[in-house]
Amino acid sequence: MIRVENLHRHFGGFHAVDGASLKIRAGSITGLIGPNGAGKTTLFNVIAGRLPPTSGKVFMAGEDITGLPPHELFGKGLLRTFQIAHEFGSMTVRENLMMVPAAQSGESLLNAIFNRSRVRDEEARIRDKADEVLEFLTISHLADQKASMISGGQKKLLELGRTMMVDARIVFLDEVGAGVNRTLLNTIGDAIVRLNKERGYTFCVIEHDMDFIARICDPVICMAEGKVLAEGTVDQVKNDERVIEAYLGTGLKNKVKEEAAHG
Amino acid sequence: MDILNAFVAFLNFVFVPGLAYGSQLALGALGVTLIFGVLRFSNFAHGDTMAFGTAFVILFTWWFKSMGISAGPLPTALLALPFGIAVTAAFVLGTDRVVYRFYRQKKAAPIILVIASAGVMFVMNGLVRMIIGTEEQNFADGARFLLEPKAFKEWSGLAEPLAIKSTAAVTVVVAAICVAALFWFLQRTRTGKSMRAFSDNEDLALLSGINPDRVVQVTWIIAAALAVIAGTLYGLDKSYRPFIYFTLLLPIFAAAVVGGLGSPLGAIAGGYIIAFSEVIFTNAWKKVAGYLLPADWLGDGLLQALSTDYKSAVSFSILIIVLIFMPTGIFKGK
Ligand SMILES: Nc1ncnc2c1ncn2[C@@H]1O[C@H](COP(=O)(O)OP(=O)(O)OP(=O)(O)O)[C@@H](O)[C@H]1O
Ligand SMILES: [Mg+2]
Repeated sequence: MIRVENLHRHFGGFHAVDGASLKIRAGSITGLIGPNGAGKTTLFNVIAGRLPPTSGKVFMAGEDITGLPPHELFGKGLLRTFQIAHEFGSMTVRENLMMVPAAQSGESLLNAIFNRSRVRDEEARIRDKADEVLEFLTISHLADQKASMISGGQKKLLELGRTMMVDARIVFLDEVGAGVNRTLLNTIGDAIVRLNKERGYTFCVIEHDMDFIARICDPVICMAEGKVLAEGTVDQVKNDERVIEAYLGTGLKNKVKEEAAHG
Repeated sequence: MDILNAFVAFLNFVFVPGLAYGSQLALGALGVTLIFGVLRFSNFAHGDTMAFGTAFVILFTWWFKSMGISAGPLPTALLALPFGIAVTAAFVLGTDRVVYRFYRQKKAAPIILVIASAGVMFVMNGLVRMIIGTEEQNFADGARFLLEPKAFKEWSGLAEPLAIKSTAAVTVVVAAICVAALFWFLQRTRTGKSMRAFSDNEDLALLSGINPDRVVQVTWIIAAALAVIAGTLYGLDKSYRPFIYFTLLLPIFAAAVVGGLGSPLGAIAGGYIIAFSEVIFTNAWKKVAGYLLPADWLGDGLLQALSTDYKSAVSFSILIIVLIFMPTGIFKGK
Protein backbone atom coordinates (compact mmCIF):
# COMPACT_ATOMS: atom_id res chain seq x y z
CA MET A 1 0.00 0.00 0.00
CA ILE A 2 2.73 2.44 1.03
CA ARG A 3 6.33 2.21 -0.05
CA VAL A 4 8.94 4.62 1.31
CA GLU A 5 12.25 4.66 -0.50
CA ASN A 6 15.43 6.01 0.98
CA LEU A 7 13.69 8.97 2.59
CA HIS A 8 15.72 11.82 4.07
CA ARG A 9 14.48 14.81 5.97
CA HIS A 10 17.04 17.22 7.39
CA PHE A 11 16.50 20.17 9.71
CA GLY A 12 19.56 22.29 9.11
CA GLY A 13 22.41 19.89 9.70
CA PHE A 14 20.29 17.49 11.73
CA HIS A 15 19.10 14.34 9.96
CA ALA A 16 15.72 13.59 11.57
CA VAL A 17 14.90 10.97 8.93
CA ASP A 18 18.10 9.54 7.52
CA GLY A 19 17.54 7.19 4.64
CA ALA A 20 14.48 5.30 5.85
CA SER A 21 12.99 2.66 3.55
CA LEU A 22 9.93 0.66 4.49
CA LYS A 23 6.75 -0.91 3.22
CA ILE A 24 3.29 -0.98 4.70
CA ARG A 25 1.31 -3.93 3.43
CA ALA A 26 -2.31 -3.30 2.40
CA GLY A 27 -4.71 -4.55 5.05
CA SER A 28 -2.10 -4.66 7.80
CA ILE A 29 -1.91 -2.88 11.11
CA THR A 30 1.74 -1.95 11.09
CA GLY A 31 3.31 -0.77 14.33
CA LEU A 32 6.05 1.84 14.26
CA ILE A 33 8.18 1.99 17.37
CA GLY A 34 11.45 3.62 18.31
CA PRO A 35 13.00 5.70 21.05
CA ASN A 36 12.06 9.36 21.50
CA GLY A 37 13.48 11.47 18.72
CA ALA A 38 13.85 8.49 16.37
CA GLY A 39 12.14 10.44 13.60
CA LYS A 40 8.80 8.64 13.61
CA THR A 41 6.65 11.77 13.66
CA THR A 42 8.88 13.42 11.09
CA LEU A 43 8.43 10.38 8.84
CA PHE A 44 4.64 10.74 9.20
CA ASN A 45 4.88 14.43 8.45
CA VAL A 46 6.74 13.76 5.23
CA ILE A 47 4.48 10.91 4.11
CA ALA A 48 1.33 12.93 4.85
CA GLY A 49 2.55 15.97 2.93
CA ARG A 50 3.02 18.31 5.85
CA LEU A 51 6.78 18.56 5.31
CA PRO A 52 8.58 18.19 1.99
CA PRO A 53 11.30 15.51 2.04
CA THR A 54 14.93 16.49 1.56
CA SER A 55 15.22 13.51 -0.76
CA GLY A 56 13.61 10.15 -1.33
CA LYS A 57 10.24 8.98 -2.56
CA VAL A 58 6.89 7.87 -1.20
CA PHE A 59 4.54 5.64 -3.18
CA MET A 60 0.94 4.77 -2.48
CA ALA A 61 -0.39 1.76 -4.34
CA GLY A 62 2.39 2.20 -6.87
CA GLU A 63 1.65 5.88 -7.47
CA ASP A 64 4.30 8.49 -6.60
CA ILE A 65 2.76 10.72 -3.92
CA THR A 66 5.95 12.44 -2.76
CA GLY A 67 5.27 16.00 -1.67
CA LEU A 68 1.58 16.08 -2.56
CA PRO A 69 -0.33 18.59 -0.38
CA PRO A 70 -2.35 17.10 2.50
CA HIS A 71 -5.75 17.87 1.05
CA GLU A 72 -4.94 15.90 -2.11
CA LEU A 73 -3.69 12.97 -0.06
CA PHE A 74 -6.94 13.17 1.89
CA GLY A 75 -8.75 12.81 -1.42
CA LYS A 76 -6.76 9.64 -2.07
CA GLY A 77 -7.81 8.22 1.29
CA LEU A 78 -4.62 8.91 3.24
CA LEU A 79 -5.39 10.30 6.70
CA ARG A 80 -3.34 10.92 9.81
CA THR A 81 -3.69 12.07 13.38
CA PHE A 82 -1.36 14.38 15.26
CA GLN A 83 0.82 13.41 18.20
CA ILE A 84 -0.16 16.67 19.83
CA ALA A 85 -3.90 16.75 19.30
CA HIS A 86 -5.20 19.48 17.03
CA GLU A 87 -8.72 20.79 17.04
CA PHE A 88 -10.84 23.62 15.69
CA GLY A 89 -11.07 25.40 19.02
CA SER A 90 -13.96 27.69 18.20
CA MET A 91 -16.22 24.86 17.08
CA THR A 92 -18.02 22.19 19.05
CA VAL A 93 -16.80 18.61 19.14
CA ARG A 94 -19.55 17.55 16.78
CA GLU A 95 -18.79 20.39 14.38
CA ASN A 96 -15.15 19.34 14.44
CA LEU A 97 -16.12 15.93 13.16
CA MET A 98 -18.55 17.40 10.68
CA MET A 99 -15.76 19.45 9.10
CA VAL A 100 -14.05 16.34 7.85
CA PRO A 101 -15.95 15.00 4.91
CA ALA A 102 -14.81 17.58 2.40
CA ALA A 103 -16.24 17.82 -1.12
CA GLN A 104 -19.91 17.96 -0.20
CA SER A 105 -22.62 19.78 -2.08
CA GLY A 106 -22.46 22.63 0.40
CA GLU A 107 -18.99 23.40 -0.92
CA SER A 108 -20.53 25.34 -3.76
CA LEU A 109 -22.07 28.65 -2.81
CA LEU A 110 -24.75 28.26 -5.45
CA ASN A 111 -25.83 25.01 -3.84
CA ALA A 112 -25.81 26.61 -0.43
CA ILE A 113 -28.22 29.26 -1.64
CA PHE A 114 -30.41 27.50 -4.20
CA ASN A 115 -30.26 23.87 -3.27
CA ARG A 116 -30.99 24.14 0.42
CA SER A 117 -32.85 20.87 0.75
CA ARG A 118 -30.06 18.77 -0.70
CA VAL A 119 -27.49 20.50 1.49
CA ARG A 120 -29.73 20.02 4.51
CA ASP A 121 -30.18 16.30 3.85
CA GLU A 122 -26.48 15.89 3.51
CA GLU A 123 -25.82 17.86 6.69
CA ALA A 124 -28.26 15.62 8.52
CA ARG A 125 -26.50 12.52 7.22
CA ILE A 126 -23.08 13.82 8.30
CA ARG A 127 -24.49 14.83 11.64
CA ASP A 128 -25.83 11.33 12.23
CA LYS A 129 -22.49 9.94 11.22
CA ALA A 130 -20.71 12.26 13.67
CA ASP A 131 -23.05 11.21 16.47
CA GLU A 132 -22.43 7.57 15.64
CA VAL A 133 -18.67 8.12 15.85
CA LEU A 134 -19.00 9.99 19.14
CA GLU A 135 -21.04 7.15 20.58
CA PHE A 136 -18.49 4.64 19.39
CA LEU A 137 -15.78 6.60 21.20
CA THR A 138 -17.94 6.94 24.31
CA ILE A 139 -17.86 10.74 24.23
CA SER A 140 -21.43 11.50 23.13
CA HIS A 141 -21.87 13.73 26.15
CA LEU A 142 -19.18 16.08 24.77
CA ALA A 143 -20.88 16.64 21.42
CA ASP A 144 -21.90 20.23 22.08
CA GLN A 145 -18.83 21.30 24.07
CA LYS A 146 -16.31 23.67 22.57
CA ALA A 147 -13.43 21.54 21.33
CA SER A 148 -10.88 23.81 23.01
CA MET A 149 -12.42 22.93 26.38
CA ILE A 150 -12.17 19.14 26.38
CA SER A 151 -9.30 17.24 28.02
CA GLY A 152 -6.10 16.11 26.33
CA GLY A 153 -7.16 12.47 26.27
CA GLN A 154 -10.57 13.39 24.88
CA LYS A 155 -8.86 15.39 22.14
CA LYS A 156 -6.97 12.24 21.20
CA LEU A 157 -10.28 10.45 20.81
CA LEU A 158 -11.54 13.29 18.67
CA GLU A 159 -8.45 12.86 16.48
CA LEU A 160 -9.28 9.19 16.02
CA GLY A 161 -12.92 10.02 15.41
CA ARG A 162 -11.95 12.28 12.56
CA THR A 163 -10.47 9.35 10.64
CA MET A 164 -13.72 7.45 11.09
CA MET A 165 -15.83 10.08 9.35
CA VAL A 166 -14.82 9.05 5.85
CA ASP A 167 -13.81 5.87 4.10
CA ALA A 168 -10.08 6.04 4.48
CA ARG A 169 -7.69 3.63 2.82
CA ILE A 170 -4.72 4.15 5.07
CA VAL A 171 -4.60 5.90 8.41
CA PHE A 172 -1.46 7.01 10.20
CA LEU A 173 -1.99 7.23 13.96
CA ASP A 174 0.63 9.14 15.95
CA GLU A 175 0.39 8.00 19.56
CA VAL A 176 -3.41 7.99 19.81
CA GLY A 177 -3.00 6.16 23.08
CA ALA A 178 -0.83 8.69 24.88
CA GLY A 179 -2.72 10.24 27.78
CA VAL A 180 -5.69 7.93 27.40
CA ASN A 181 -6.60 5.59 30.25
CA ARG A 182 -6.23 1.80 29.99
CA THR A 183 -9.91 0.95 29.45
CA LEU A 184 -10.24 3.54 26.75
CA LEU A 185 -6.96 2.41 25.22
CA ASN A 186 -8.42 -1.07 24.88
CA THR A 187 -11.53 0.40 23.29
CA ILE A 188 -9.35 2.29 20.84
CA GLY A 189 -7.42 -0.90 20.08
CA ASP A 190 -10.68 -2.72 19.40
CA ALA A 191 -11.86 0.15 17.22
CA ILE A 192 -8.68 -0.04 15.16
CA VAL A 193 -8.99 -3.79 14.70
CA ARG A 194 -12.65 -3.47 13.75
CA LEU A 195 -12.02 -0.71 11.23
CA ASN A 196 -9.26 -2.87 9.81
CA LYS A 197 -11.42 -6.00 9.54
CA GLU A 198 -14.79 -4.51 8.68
CA ARG A 199 -13.88 -1.53 6.57
CA GLY A 200 -10.53 -2.63 5.25
CA TYR A 201 -8.51 0.30 6.63
CA THR A 202 -4.78 -0.14 6.58
CA PHE A 203 -3.13 1.33 9.68
CA CYS A 204 0.29 2.51 10.61
CA VAL A 205 0.45 3.09 14.35
CA ILE A 206 3.14 4.89 16.32
CA GLU A 207 2.95 3.88 19.96
CA HIS A 208 5.29 3.62 22.94
CA ASP A 209 3.03 1.20 24.83
CA MET A 210 4.44 -2.22 23.91
CA ASP A 211 1.42 -4.13 25.21
CA PHE A 212 -0.80 -2.15 22.92
CA ILE A 213 1.53 -2.79 19.99
CA ALA A 214 1.78 -6.49 20.81
CA ARG A 215 -1.99 -6.79 20.97
CA ILE A 216 -2.94 -5.28 17.62
CA CYS A 217 0.12 -4.86 15.38
CA ASP A 218 1.68 -7.17 12.87
CA PRO A 219 4.27 -6.47 11.60
CA VAL A 220 6.25 -4.02 13.69
CA ILE A 221 8.90 -1.66 12.37
CA CYS A 222 11.52 -0.16 14.67
CA MET A 223 13.23 3.14 13.88
CA ALA A 224 16.18 4.78 15.54
CA GLU A 225 18.18 7.85 14.59
CA GLY A 226 16.18 8.30 11.42
CA LYS A 227 16.81 4.80 10.07
CA VAL A 228 14.77 1.61 10.02
CA LEU A 229 16.49 -0.82 12.38
CA ALA A 230 14.40 -3.93 12.29
CA GLU A 231 11.13 -5.26 10.97
CA GLY A 232 9.14 -8.37 11.79
CA THR A 233 6.66 -9.74 14.30
CA VAL A 234 6.52 -8.13 17.73
CA ASP A 235 8.66 -10.86 19.28
CA GLN A 236 11.25 -10.76 16.56
CA VAL A 237 11.63 -7.03 16.90
CA LYS A 238 11.59 -7.06 20.68
CA ASN A 239 14.43 -9.54 20.82
CA ASP A 240 16.49 -7.94 18.08
CA GLU A 241 19.95 -6.99 19.38
CA ARG A 242 20.01 -3.66 17.56
CA VAL A 243 16.59 -2.70 18.88
CA ILE A 244 17.53 -3.39 22.47
CA GLU A 245 20.70 -1.43 21.92
CA ALA A 246 18.82 1.53 20.49
CA TYR A 247 16.42 1.62 23.42
CA LEU A 248 18.90 1.01 26.19
CA GLY A 249 22.23 2.19 24.82
CA THR A 250 25.19 -0.24 24.59
CA GLY A 251 26.36 0.17 28.16
CA LEU A 252 22.98 -0.53 29.66
CA LYS A 253 22.47 -3.47 27.36
CA ASN A 254 25.67 -5.13 28.58
CA LYS A 255 24.60 -4.53 32.13
CA VAL A 256 21.23 -6.11 31.51
CA LYS A 257 22.97 -9.10 29.94
CA GLU A 258 25.40 -9.42 32.83
CA GLU A 259 22.59 -9.30 35.34
CA ALA A 260 20.72 -11.92 33.37
CA ALA A 261 23.83 -14.10 33.36
CA HIS A 262 24.39 -13.76 37.11
CA GLY A 263 20.69 -14.06 37.47
CA MET B 1 -37.63 70.88 26.41
CA ASP B 2 -34.01 71.68 26.97
CA ILE B 3 -33.21 68.08 27.68
CA LEU B 4 -34.94 67.08 24.47
CA ASN B 5 -33.01 69.71 22.57
CA ALA B 6 -29.77 68.47 24.07
CA PHE B 7 -30.70 64.94 23.09
CA VAL B 8 -31.48 65.94 19.53
CA ALA B 9 -28.19 67.84 19.30
CA PHE B 10 -26.45 64.73 20.57
CA LEU B 11 -28.17 62.57 17.96
CA ASN B 12 -27.41 65.04 15.24
CA PHE B 13 -23.74 65.68 15.93
CA VAL B 14 -22.59 62.51 17.67
CA PHE B 15 -24.85 59.53 17.25
CA VAL B 16 -25.82 59.65 13.59
CA PRO B 17 -22.36 60.56 12.26
CA GLY B 18 -20.75 58.05 14.63
CA LEU B 19 -23.08 55.29 13.51
CA ALA B 20 -22.42 55.92 9.82
CA TYR B 21 -18.66 56.27 10.25
CA GLY B 22 -18.60 53.23 12.54
CA SER B 23 -20.39 51.13 9.93
CA GLN B 24 -17.82 52.15 7.33
CA LEU B 25 -14.94 51.29 9.65
CA ALA B 26 -16.58 48.00 10.63
CA LEU B 27 -16.84 46.90 7.00
CA GLY B 28 -13.23 47.89 6.39
CA ALA B 29 -12.04 46.13 9.54
CA LEU B 30 -13.98 42.98 8.59
CA GLY B 31 -11.95 42.72 5.39
CA VAL B 32 -8.68 43.22 7.27
CA THR B 33 -9.62 40.69 9.92
CA LEU B 34 -10.68 38.00 7.41
CA ILE B 35 -7.42 38.33 5.50
CA PHE B 36 -5.53 38.16 8.77
CA GLY B 37 -7.44 35.10 9.94
CA VAL B 38 -6.99 33.08 6.78
CA LEU B 39 -3.77 34.41 5.22
CA ARG B 40 -2.16 35.40 8.48
CA PHE B 41 -0.85 38.82 7.66
CA SER B 42 -1.98 42.43 8.05
CA ASN B 43 -2.89 43.65 4.60
CA PHE B 44 -1.61 47.20 4.26
CA ALA B 45 -3.06 47.40 0.78
CA HIS B 46 -6.60 47.25 2.15
CA GLY B 47 -7.03 51.02 2.23
CA ASP B 48 -5.94 51.34 -1.36
CA THR B 49 -8.15 48.40 -2.31
CA MET B 50 -10.99 50.57 -1.04
CA ALA B 51 -9.75 53.52 -3.11
CA PHE B 52 -9.30 51.31 -6.19
CA GLY B 53 -12.74 49.73 -5.94
CA THR B 54 -14.46 53.03 -5.26
CA ALA B 55 -12.74 54.58 -8.28
CA PHE B 56 -14.32 51.90 -10.47
CA VAL B 57 -17.67 52.33 -8.78
CA ILE B 58 -17.46 56.04 -9.65
CA LEU B 59 -16.55 55.29 -13.25
CA PHE B 60 -19.50 52.90 -13.56
CA THR B 61 -21.75 55.47 -11.86
CA TRP B 62 -20.81 58.10 -14.43
CA TRP B 63 -21.39 55.64 -17.22
CA PHE B 64 -24.81 54.67 -15.89
CA LYS B 65 -25.76 58.32 -15.50
CA SER B 66 -24.65 59.07 -19.05
CA MET B 67 -27.04 56.35 -20.18
CA GLY B 68 -29.82 57.81 -18.07
CA ILE B 69 -29.89 54.93 -15.57
CA SER B 70 -30.45 55.89 -11.97
CA ALA B 71 -31.69 54.33 -8.75
CA GLY B 72 -34.36 56.95 -8.05
CA PRO B 73 -33.92 58.40 -4.58
CA LEU B 74 -31.01 56.07 -3.88
CA PRO B 75 -27.46 56.82 -5.03
CA THR B 76 -26.70 55.43 -8.48
CA ALA B 77 -23.45 54.15 -7.00
CA LEU B 78 -25.39 51.30 -5.40
CA LEU B 79 -26.16 49.97 -8.88
CA ALA B 80 -22.52 50.34 -9.81
CA LEU B 81 -21.29 48.48 -6.73
CA PRO B 82 -21.44 44.92 -8.11
CA PHE B 83 -19.40 45.98 -11.13
CA GLY B 84 -16.81 47.75 -9.02
CA ILE B 85 -16.61 44.66 -6.81
CA ALA B 86 -16.13 42.38 -9.82
CA VAL B 87 -13.24 44.47 -11.17
CA THR B 88 -11.60 44.78 -7.76
CA ALA B 89 -11.99 41.09 -6.93
CA ALA B 90 -10.38 40.19 -10.24
CA PHE B 91 -7.51 42.58 -9.58
CA VAL B 92 -6.99 41.37 -6.02
CA LEU B 93 -7.00 37.72 -7.14
CA GLY B 94 -4.40 38.78 -9.68
CA THR B 95 -2.17 40.28 -6.99
CA ASP B 96 -2.55 37.10 -4.97
CA ARG B 97 -1.50 35.06 -7.97
CA VAL B 98 1.46 37.27 -8.80
CA VAL B 99 2.66 38.34 -5.36
CA TYR B 100 1.26 36.60 -2.29
CA ARG B 101 1.04 33.06 -3.62
CA PHE B 102 4.78 33.03 -4.19
CA TYR B 103 5.48 33.87 -0.55
CA ARG B 104 2.78 31.54 0.70
CA GLN B 105 4.32 28.60 -1.11
CA LYS B 106 7.68 29.52 0.36
CA LYS B 107 5.98 29.59 3.76
CA ALA B 108 7.42 33.06 4.27
CA ALA B 109 7.11 34.79 7.64
CA PRO B 110 4.04 37.03 8.06
CA ILE B 111 6.21 40.15 8.20
CA ILE B 112 7.40 39.46 4.66
CA LEU B 113 3.81 39.31 3.47
CA VAL B 114 3.10 42.56 5.29
CA ILE B 115 5.96 44.27 3.47
CA ALA B 116 4.81 42.73 0.18
CA SER B 117 1.34 44.13 0.83
CA ALA B 118 2.89 47.57 1.36
CA GLY B 119 4.40 47.17 -2.11
CA VAL B 120 1.01 46.24 -3.53
CA MET B 121 -0.40 49.29 -1.73
CA PHE B 122 1.95 51.65 -3.59
CA VAL B 123 1.19 50.02 -6.92
CA MET B 124 -2.58 50.29 -6.35
CA ASN B 125 -2.18 53.85 -5.17
CA GLY B 126 -0.41 54.73 -8.41
CA LEU B 127 -3.02 52.94 -10.49
CA VAL B 128 -5.85 54.79 -8.80
CA ARG B 129 -4.23 58.14 -9.58
CA MET B 130 -3.81 57.11 -13.19
CA ILE B 131 -7.38 55.89 -13.49
CA ILE B 132 -9.35 58.65 -11.80
CA GLY B 133 -6.84 61.39 -11.00
CA THR B 134 -6.05 62.96 -7.68
CA GLU B 135 -8.90 65.46 -7.36
CA GLU B 136 -11.90 65.17 -5.15
CA GLN B 137 -14.94 63.52 -6.74
CA ASN B 138 -18.47 63.93 -5.56
CA PHE B 139 -20.63 61.12 -6.84
CA ALA B 140 -23.52 61.08 -4.40
CA ASP B 141 -26.86 61.62 -6.10
CA GLY B 142 -30.49 60.80 -5.38
CA ALA B 143 -32.26 62.31 -2.41
CA ARG B 144 -29.98 64.32 -0.15
CA PHE B 145 -31.84 63.83 3.11
CA LEU B 146 -33.84 61.01 4.56
CA LEU B 147 -34.96 63.43 7.26
CA GLU B 148 -34.80 67.12 6.42
CA PRO B 149 -33.74 69.39 9.26
CA LYS B 150 -36.59 71.80 8.52
CA ALA B 151 -39.20 69.07 8.41
CA PHE B 152 -37.97 67.74 11.74
CA LYS B 153 -38.10 71.18 13.34
CA GLU B 154 -41.64 71.75 12.20
CA TRP B 155 -42.73 68.30 13.29
CA SER B 156 -41.12 68.38 16.71
CA GLY B 157 -41.34 72.07 17.51
CA LEU B 158 -37.83 71.93 18.96
CA ALA B 159 -35.22 74.61 18.44
CA GLU B 160 -32.60 72.03 17.52
CA PRO B 161 -32.81 70.44 14.04
CA LEU B 162 -32.11 66.82 13.31
CA ALA B 163 -30.85 65.88 9.87
CA ILE B 164 -30.33 62.38 8.59
CA LYS B 165 -28.43 62.40 5.34
CA SER B 166 -29.61 59.67 2.99
CA THR B 167 -25.99 58.56 2.58
CA ALA B 168 -25.81 57.93 6.32
CA ALA B 169 -29.02 55.90 6.20
CA VAL B 170 -27.83 53.98 3.15
CA THR B 171 -24.53 53.29 4.89
CA VAL B 172 -26.15 51.81 7.96
CA VAL B 173 -28.65 49.72 5.99
CA VAL B 174 -26.10 48.39 3.50
CA ALA B 175 -23.62 47.61 6.30
CA ALA B 176 -26.30 45.72 8.23
CA ILE B 177 -27.17 43.67 5.15
CA CYS B 178 -23.49 42.90 4.46
CA VAL B 179 -22.80 41.86 8.02
CA ALA B 180 -25.88 39.62 8.13
CA ALA B 181 -24.92 38.01 4.82
CA LEU B 182 -21.32 37.52 5.93
CA PHE B 183 -22.28 35.86 9.18
CA TRP B 184 -24.79 33.64 7.46
CA PHE B 185 -22.03 32.65 5.08
CA LEU B 186 -19.47 31.96 7.81
CA GLN B 187 -21.84 30.06 10.07
CA ARG B 188 -24.06 28.19 7.67
CA THR B 189 -22.28 27.39 4.44
CA ARG B 190 -19.67 24.73 4.02
CA THR B 191 -17.25 27.18 2.38
CA GLY B 192 -17.71 29.62 5.22
CA LYS B 193 -17.08 26.91 7.78
CA SER B 194 -13.98 25.87 5.85
CA MET B 195 -12.76 29.45 6.15
CA ARG B 196 -13.33 29.41 9.90
CA ALA B 197 -11.65 26.02 10.19
CA PHE B 198 -8.70 27.26 8.17
CA SER B 199 -8.36 30.32 10.34
CA ASP B 200 -8.65 28.18 13.47
CA ASN B 201 -6.05 25.55 12.64
CA GLU B 202 -4.50 25.47 9.22
CA ASP B 203 -2.73 22.11 9.61
CA LEU B 204 -5.87 20.36 10.66
CA ALA B 205 -7.95 22.02 7.96
CA LEU B 206 -5.56 20.74 5.32
CA LEU B 207 -5.72 17.25 6.79
CA SER B 208 -9.49 17.41 6.78
CA GLY B 209 -9.32 17.70 3.03
CA ILE B 210 -10.06 21.42 2.84
CA ASN B 211 -8.57 22.88 -0.31
CA PRO B 212 -6.40 25.83 0.76
CA ASP B 213 -6.34 27.50 -2.67
CA ARG B 214 -10.10 27.67 -2.71
CA VAL B 215 -10.33 29.06 0.81
CA VAL B 216 -7.74 31.71 -0.02
CA GLN B 217 -9.54 32.72 -3.19
CA VAL B 218 -12.90 33.00 -1.52
CA THR B 219 -11.34 35.06 1.26
CA TRP B 220 -9.82 37.51 -1.20
CA ILE B 221 -13.10 37.89 -3.05
CA ILE B 222 -15.02 38.59 0.15
CA ALA B 223 -12.36 40.99 1.41
CA ALA B 224 -12.41 42.82 -1.93
CA ALA B 225 -16.21 43.07 -1.83
CA LEU B 226 -16.15 44.43 1.72
CA ALA B 227 -13.42 46.91 0.81
CA VAL B 228 -15.31 48.25 -2.20
CA ILE B 229 -18.56 48.55 -0.26
CA ALA B 230 -16.86 50.27 2.67
CA GLY B 231 -14.95 52.60 0.35
CA THR B 232 -18.02 53.51 -1.66
CA LEU B 233 -20.14 54.18 1.42
CA TYR B 234 -17.40 56.37 2.86
CA GLY B 235 -17.04 58.20 -0.44
CA LEU B 236 -20.78 58.77 -0.68
CA ASP B 237 -21.03 59.97 2.88
CA LYS B 238 -18.01 62.31 2.81
CA SER B 239 -16.49 62.66 -0.63
CA TYR B 240 -14.03 60.70 -2.70
CA ARG B 241 -10.35 61.59 -2.50
CA PRO B 242 -7.90 58.80 -3.40
CA PHE B 243 -5.57 59.71 -0.54
CA ILE B 244 -8.16 59.66 2.18
CA TYR B 245 -8.33 55.87 2.11
CA PHE B 246 -4.71 55.60 3.04
CA THR B 247 -5.40 57.63 6.18
CA LEU B 248 -8.40 55.41 6.89
CA LEU B 249 -5.99 52.51 7.26
CA LEU B 250 -5.12 53.58 10.81
CA PRO B 251 -8.65 53.63 12.27
CA ILE B 252 -9.49 50.45 10.35
CA PHE B 253 -6.54 48.57 11.79
CA ALA B 254 -7.23 50.06 15.20
CA ALA B 255 -10.79 48.72 14.93
CA ALA B 256 -9.63 45.26 13.89
CA VAL B 257 -7.04 45.11 16.67
CA VAL B 258 -9.38 46.45 19.34
CA GLY B 259 -11.92 43.78 18.43
CA GLY B 260 -9.26 41.09 18.20
CA LEU B 261 -7.54 40.37 14.88
CA GLY B 262 -9.17 37.42 13.17
CA SER B 263 -12.51 37.85 14.91
CA PRO B 264 -15.31 39.12 12.62
CA LEU B 265 -17.55 40.02 15.55
CA GLY B 266 -14.64 41.93 17.07
CA ALA B 267 -14.09 43.88 13.87
CA ILE B 268 -17.64 45.18 13.99
CA ALA B 269 -17.48 46.10 17.66
CA GLY B 270 -14.07 47.68 17.09
CA GLY B 271 -15.39 49.74 14.18
CA TYR B 272 -18.05 51.37 16.33
CA ILE B 273 -15.75 51.79 19.32
CA ILE B 274 -13.16 53.64 17.25
CA ALA B 275 -15.74 55.71 15.39
CA PHE B 276 -17.60 56.84 18.49
CA SER B 277 -14.36 57.56 20.33
CA GLU B 278 -13.19 59.74 17.49
CA VAL B 279 -16.48 61.59 17.29
CA ILE B 280 -16.82 62.00 21.05
CA PHE B 281 -13.29 63.33 21.49
CA THR B 282 -13.44 65.74 18.58
CA ASN B 283 -17.03 66.91 18.90
CA ALA B 284 -17.64 70.42 20.20
CA TRP B 285 -19.95 69.67 23.11
CA LYS B 286 -20.87 73.31 23.68
CA LYS B 287 -24.15 72.93 21.84
CA VAL B 288 -25.36 69.95 23.89
CA ALA B 289 -24.06 71.41 27.15
CA GLY B 290 -25.72 74.71 26.34
CA TYR B 291 -29.11 73.12 26.78
CA LEU B 292 -28.23 71.34 29.98
CA LEU B 293 -26.12 73.77 31.97
CA PRO B 294 -26.74 77.36 33.07
CA ALA B 295 -25.29 79.81 30.57
CA ASP B 296 -22.71 81.29 32.97
CA TRP B 297 -21.14 77.86 33.62
CA LEU B 298 -20.13 77.46 30.03
CA GLY B 299 -17.37 79.97 29.49
CA ASP B 300 -16.10 80.69 25.97
CA GLY B 301 -14.63 77.29 25.08
CA LEU B 302 -16.16 74.89 22.56
CA LEU B 303 -15.92 72.05 25.09
CA GLN B 304 -13.96 70.11 22.54
CA ALA B 305 -11.36 67.65 23.83
CA LEU B 306 -9.37 67.63 20.61
CA SER B 307 -9.52 69.52 17.37
CA THR B 308 -10.78 67.40 14.47
CA ASP B 309 -7.28 67.60 13.00
CA TYR B 310 -6.18 65.21 15.74
CA LYS B 311 -8.81 62.62 14.93
CA SER B 312 -6.24 59.97 14.14
CA ALA B 313 -4.51 60.57 17.46
CA VAL B 314 -7.61 59.07 19.06
CA SER B 315 -7.44 55.80 17.08
CA PHE B 316 -3.73 55.71 17.62
CA SER B 317 -4.05 56.10 21.39
CA ILE B 318 -6.74 53.44 21.59
CA LEU B 319 -4.62 51.13 19.47
CA ILE B 320 -1.65 51.52 21.80
CA ILE B 321 -3.70 51.18 24.97
CA VAL B 322 -5.31 47.98 23.68
CA LEU B 323 -1.98 46.54 22.58
CA ILE B 324 -0.53 47.16 26.02
CA PHE B 325 -3.40 46.00 28.20
CA MET B 326 -5.39 43.59 26.03
CA PRO B 327 -3.15 42.47 23.17
CA THR B 328 -5.66 39.93 21.89
CA GLY B 329 -8.49 42.45 21.75
CA ILE B 330 -11.99 42.24 23.15
CA PHE B 331 -12.97 39.08 21.30
CA LYS B 332 -9.72 37.20 21.81
CA GLY B 333 -8.11 37.37 18.41
CA LYS B 334 -4.52 36.50 17.61
N1 LIG C 1 10.49 21.18 12.81
C1 LIG C 1 11.64 20.70 13.33
N2 LIG C 1 12.75 21.48 13.36
C2 LIG C 1 13.91 21.00 13.88
N3 LIG C 1 14.06 19.78 14.38
C3 LIG C 1 13.00 18.96 14.38
C4 LIG C 1 11.74 19.38 13.86
N4 LIG C 1 10.88 18.34 13.98
C5 LIG C 1 11.56 17.35 14.57
N5 LIG C 1 12.83 17.70 14.80
C6 LIG C 1 13.86 16.86 15.40
O1 LIG C 1 13.88 15.63 14.73
C7 LIG C 1 14.06 14.57 15.63
C8 LIG C 1 12.99 13.52 15.43
O2 LIG C 1 11.77 14.04 15.91
P1 LIG C 1 10.41 13.25 15.81
O3 LIG C 1 9.36 14.12 16.34
O4 LIG C 1 10.24 12.72 14.45
O5 LIG C 1 10.68 12.05 16.82
P2 LIG C 1 9.69 10.92 17.27
O6 LIG C 1 10.33 9.64 16.84
O7 LIG C 1 8.33 11.17 16.83
O8 LIG C 1 9.82 11.03 18.85
P3 LIG C 1 8.68 10.85 19.99
O9 LIG C 1 8.56 9.40 20.23
O10 LIG C 1 9.28 11.54 21.15
O11 LIG C 1 7.45 11.48 19.50
C9 LIG C 1 14.08 15.16 17.02
O12 LIG C 1 15.41 15.21 17.48
C10 LIG C 1 13.53 16.55 16.84
O13 LIG C 1 14.19 17.45 17.70
MG1 LIG D 1 6.56 11.57 17.71
